[in-house]
Amino acid sequence: MHELSICQSLIDQVEGLARDNQAVAVKTIWLQVGPLSGAEIPLLEHAYPLAAVGTVAEDAKLLIESIPVRVRCKTCGEESEASANRLLCGVCNDYHTELISGDEMVLSKLEFDTQTH
Amino acid sequence: MCDTCGCNVTRGNQHLVTGDGKLARTEDGRAAITVLQGLLTENDHQAVHNRQHFDNREILAINLMSSPGAGKTALLEATIEALGDEFSIAVIEGDLETENDAQRIRDKGVPALQISTGSACHLDAHMVHDALHELDLDGIDIVFIENVGNLVCPASFDLGQHRNITLLSVTEGDDKPAKYPVIFRAADLVLLTKADLLEVLDDFDPEKAEQYVRQLASEAPVLQLAARRNVDIDSWLDWLRDEVAEQRKRVKNKLTLRPAIQPEGLILHADHKHDHHHPHSHTHTRHKPHSHS
Repeated sequence: MHELSICQSLIDQVEGLARDNQAVAVKTIWLQVGPLSGAEIPLLEHAYPLAAVGTVAEDAKLLIESIPVRVRCKTCGEESEASANRLLCGVCNDYHTELISGDEMVLSKLEFDTQTH
Repeated sequence: MCDTCGCNVTRGNQHLVTGDGKLARTEDGRAAITVLQGLLTENDHQAVHNRQHFDNREILAINLMSSPGAGKTALLEATIEALGDEFSIAVIEGDLETENDAQRIRDKGVPALQISTGSACHLDAHMVHDALHELDLDGIDIVFIENVGNLVCPASFDLGQHRNITLLSVTEGDDKPAKYPVIFRAADLVLLTKADLLEVLDDFDPEKAEQYVRQLASEAPVLQLAARRNVDIDSWLDWLRDEVAEQRKRVKNKLTLRPAIQPEGLILHADHKHDHHHPHSHTHTRHKPHSHS
């Protein structure tokens, strides 16, 4: 599905950052993905090698941190954990909530070598 | 760039940027940088740019999303018939194959551009940008972007639209918002289509569908209609008229709008100067047609 497009976009970003930092090989890529981003972590993991082949990130390890869904209630002000299809306040059950986390689809960190060994 | 505007820093990851700075050395001497960039940064830049195209011409852009066969094209046909004299409309059609939908729209006397995505399951901002260059937007009031029929992927890609509409036909099941929360959460308006069939269906409860939408913390209006029979389309047409008026007001006040779900960072995006490069050069002077190489 669209996870391959996302990985291709990720590789574009990683290549740019590698160039900016004189990296010769990207070793580890950390992502943060929440259930409300619309991207599935296992599908990203499967699509990644296809997008990375032949690039500076070809041998990089992809580590994906799953970010929990959390909401803040606009009615009672409390924060609570929620599930992707039930974003109700865990305290007063109101639906007037705002999302605090859970929709991330973010490249958080890169580790790389700057010279060939 | 976006990585400096803070839009990706959420409560879940802010600890990463409050440490000892961006570039650090790991124990084995490797370099590491904290990035915190959205994975669709390039797409999002293009989307911001598309939105400027629309805003410069005072156009309201609407993205229609649904499963295949929920009635997106039928909704557009009925809308063009009802409002064709009131507004000037253009349509961008996204499908894997065929020109069929664009042809249906052209048969109503409205310009339509078909994007054939091949195997791609969604439209992205670059495809829409290319399409915009092939459409004559002079005097257009509303651009509808009919996304690829799919309740999953289109929700992740900003196209530069101002509003998202998610259609749910009553033949599909009233629990779709619970099953596909991302796309229904992105909706500024949910339309329950083919509602004339409700009388012969005993397993779709419109109230339940609305409850599932509310459980996504969404306050989007949920309207019922049957476009092919012109049943109950007035509320939809009124919503659209209001949105056109709102867009004109926003443009006058030099404001813009992204669809539902606006994290704080997006407000910055609307007027953010990105240092990304465009494959072509043009100005964004309002009301002046710009030339593209």
